[in-house]
Amino acid sequence: MARRYDSSTTTFSPEGRLHQVEYAIEAINNAGTCVGILAKDGIVLASERQLTSGLLAPAKTSEKTYKLSQHSTCCVAGLTADANILIDQARLRAGRYEYQYQEPIPMEQLVEHVCNYKQAYTQYGGLRPFGVSFLFAGYDQHYGFQLYQTDPSGNYSGWKATVIGSNNQAGKSLLKTEYDPESTGELPSVEVALRLAVKVLNKTMDGTAASSEKMELFVMSREDTEEKLCVHRILTNDEAQKVIDEVEAEGAGAGDS
Amino acid sequence: MDSIFGVTYNGGVIIAADQTNARSILIYQNNLDKISELSSHSMMGCAGPNADFVNFTQYIQKSLQLYEFSNDGLKLSTKAQANFCRGELAKALRKGPYQVNVLLGGYDAKKDGEVGDGSLYLMDYLGSMQKVNFGVQGYASNFCLSIFDREWKEGLNEAQALEIVDHCIGELAKRFLIAQPNFLIKVVDKDGVRVHKFGSDPEDN
Repeated sequence: MARRYDSSTTTFSPEGRLHQVEYAIEAINNAGTCVGILAKDGIVLASERQLTSGLLAPAKTSEKTYKLSQHSTCCVAGLTADANILIDQARLRAGRYEYQYQEPIPMEQLVEHVCNYKQAYTQYGGLRPFGVSFLFAGYDQHYGFQLYQTDPSGNYSGWKATVIGSNNQAGKSLLKTEYDPESTGELPSVEVALRLAVKVLNKTMDGTAASSEKMELFVMSREDTEEKLCVHRILTNDEAQKVIDEVEAEGAGAGDS
Repeated sequence: MDSIFGVTYNGGVIIAADQTNARSILIYQNNLDKISELSSHSMMGCAGPNADFVNFTQYIQKSLQLYEFSNDGLKLSTKAQANFCRGELAKALRKGPYQVNVLLGGYDAKKDGEVGDGSLYLMDYLGSMQKVNFGVQGYASNFCLSIFDREWKEGLNEAQALEIVDHCIGELAKRFLIAQPNFLIKVVDKDGVRVHKFGSDPEDN
């Protein structure tokens, strides 16, 4: 039985596993789903808003999507309290880099920094790992728009489209069939990506009726001015509802044929 | 007593520095290379005591190399390198200042294969920095800035820029009290940093 090696993060089990880290990853499978999709002119992050009580005051800020710097944003699946610490770390790192070099931090360096921070909690100190997975979305001059996924182990990878949180396997399998840039030769547009993201959330949230209160749709794109600053936009309820309705119409139409 | 000057042209930067290594009335060496290559497409000329110049230069050079190793070969733009360099001068100022005045020049490629830009940054030992079209460190500024003011213009090519550099060296030879017989001229453009001319071979030991 794995029991004896369970409690300490810093101990390998005889099969060579870190059980605490694995349990942390499991914890995130109970969290609200996040979908990330790379588009040719931007990135879409769509998140499930899990409303735990009708008594809650209306949220002034998002509990899923966080801006890290002018050119990067992340969305969270997992323990919000843990996420807050890591988001502070990411913001600090991005800010310090920009102070030192007067240039925005390359996305991979930002992600790697957060991940190295997470990794330390799997190796030193006897503290439990962070129960958070992120989807990092950002732009840099070297590689353009990029999407990264991280988990409590401190591992990260770059994706064209991915899902984290509850029912992420169902979401990913839908993406595998529907997100197919190879066939068209280029990445989808932001509008197409938004509809696909809603479709994925519909699947992972299956059973619940899709509505703009339950889905948070975020788009990152770049201005068309000389400065080319990044635009971070969480869709309003009306805009989100429009996308949801479009997806429903598509689905209804497909059902008939 | 160092004379360092730099000038940008269309597609690159030139930095020239005298090669004398001296203290008080003694000349230690007359083939010193005062322009260090920071990365494949950037270089830094430093005026100041030899100890500080070597210490600072190597620190910046190695830090920039470490960045490239740590980040899978990613290159920092000239602007980022210059700001990093300035930050280090500023940090050290209230602890143990580096007494170096710097001219940092580099070439940044453009994405679409167009001719990229050369840029030049002038920094003093206090950590103030300015991006300039041309710059001079040391006493030479009294002689050379007016030449640059008169002769530099937008869109120069390499040959024209080198001609201006030669005018400056000539002016110093004629009017500057301290004899500086050897100058080393380096150019950075799309093909990287190269030595254009030296008065005395720095490799000659």
